[in-house]
Amino acid sequence: MWSLIKTIWNVFLHSFHKRVTIQYPEEKPYMAPRSRARIILSRDPDGGERCVACYLCAIACPVDCIALQATEDKDERRYPEFFRINFSRCIFCGYCEEACPTYAIQLTPDFEMAEYNRQNLVYEKEDLLIDGPGKYPGYNYWRVAGARIAGKDKGEAENEAPPVDLRGLMP
Amino acid sequence: MVPDFEGAMTSPYPIAAIAGILIMVLSLAALLIWVERRLLALWQDRYGPNRVGPFGLLQVVADMIKIFAKEDWLPPFADKAVFIIAPAIIMVTVLLSFAVVPFSPGIIVVDLNIALLFFLGMSSLGVYSIVLAGWASDSKYSLLGGLRAAAQMISYEVFMSLSLMGVVLLAGSFRLSAIVEAQKRLWFIVPQFLGFVLFLIAGVAEARRSPFDLPEAEAELVAGFHSEYSGMKFGMFFVGEYLGVILISSMITVLFFGGWLGPWLPPIVWFLIKMFAFICFFILLRASLPRLRFDQLMSWGWKVMLPLALLNLIVTGAVVVAWR
Repeated sequence: MWSLIKTIWNVFLHSFHKRVTIQYPEEKPYMAPRSRARIILSRDPDGGERCVACYLCAIACPVDCIALQATEDKDERRYPEFFRINFSRCIFCGYCEEACPTYAIQLTPDFEMAEYNRQNLVYEKEDLLIDGPGKYPGYNYWRVAGARIAGKDKGEAENEAPPVDLRGLMP
Repeated sequence: MVPDFEGAMTSPYPIAAIAGILIMVLSLAALLIWVERRLLALWQDRYGPNRVGPFGLLQVVADMIKIFAKEDWLPPFADKAVFIIAPAIIMVTVLLSFAVVPFSPGIIVVDLNIALLFFLGMSSLGVYSIVLAGWASDSKYSLLGGLRAAAQMISYEVFMSLSLMGVVLLAGSFRLSAIVEAQKRLWFIVPQFLGFVLFLIAGVAEARRSPFDLPEAEAELVAGFHSEYSGMKFGMFFVGEYLGVILISSMITVLFFGGWLGPWLPPIVWFLIKMFAFICFFILLRASLPRLRFDQLMSWGWKVMLPLALLNLIVTGAVVVAWR
């Protein structure tokens, strides 16, 4: 009986507590830097596209909302000819970001992407590409990767040893 | 001797009084939906509806438009006539009870000399609405809700009326205006504190409010007796529940807190202030207490409340007899 009265009193004291609701459209909530919302494609510090069109994101995607087509430019660098994310399907699980070997695809805290027309939720590559490097400022895949492209042979990447001559006899 | 049906307090303009009280009570009941949601939100550190109109007040209008536009579905398996008449019963009985509530001198439809008995009778009839709704719906959950309502009413009706007899003994009348007048020197909450607590508990059970909302019990019985109801028939149960809350709050005000009596302010303002305080208390109870179990409710009613009410009646009677 006493505990009942105490409960009622304690609940009443909540009249003087601060309310936890955030009045959303007027008052923006704090989004953690790593929260997962709108997907972007980033560029490396030199301004080139990071995406190498390896399809790993499309394979990792559990709802198959990513579509892309790989091609090569004149420097023999792979890049996506088109890159399409259907956000009406996307569940923002972040598996694409985890799968990406070049930090190209990233999820950002921006979640305000509602549309009146469903077709507007299909984002093309120009909608997805941003001008900066996103969460990984210094990283340039082509500069550290061992893959050969025009103007950079094997063994010329940063911190990369020259290739081993497999036919040589010296240890 | 001809029974004195028209007391001194009855309004000289009965039609105006009926219309005024009806409009006030019904709009207050609609407003209570908003009040309850805002207060529950306050006690749960939220805001509640605050977007539609100033402070979200027009939420009530939006809700009403919505519920009137809803499909009014008659289940094919239901007992049609009873199904339709059940929600009307609760509205009628509760609204009839308001006829005898003395809001202030002159603002009362009819000042019956048996007003208290009339109120008790009407609130007992109200349970037919719940039981018949549960029966006519022809579904398990509804029937269980109706059964619970019947058992709950039997358990609580008895000590509800007994707890009020102390007040009647002190005032020497069943007439509600006479009971208020008898509290000019001392509100009955002081000499009848036990009676007040008992009536408060019985009143919550009578209005089927949490923690005694077993007939509804949305956690176990979907929505209890009104599971099968939709549209405005459901709305009638809803409004009936809020009307019940207003009625019990006004009765507590009249019987224990001196009705319209109070300094400086006009009598009707005092009445509304006291009534509103109890409505808020009802909502506070809902915000804080969990629902009772069925057997707890019954044994609590019969084994604790009824003996206490009898004890209260005997002691009050003895004191009144010794005083005279």
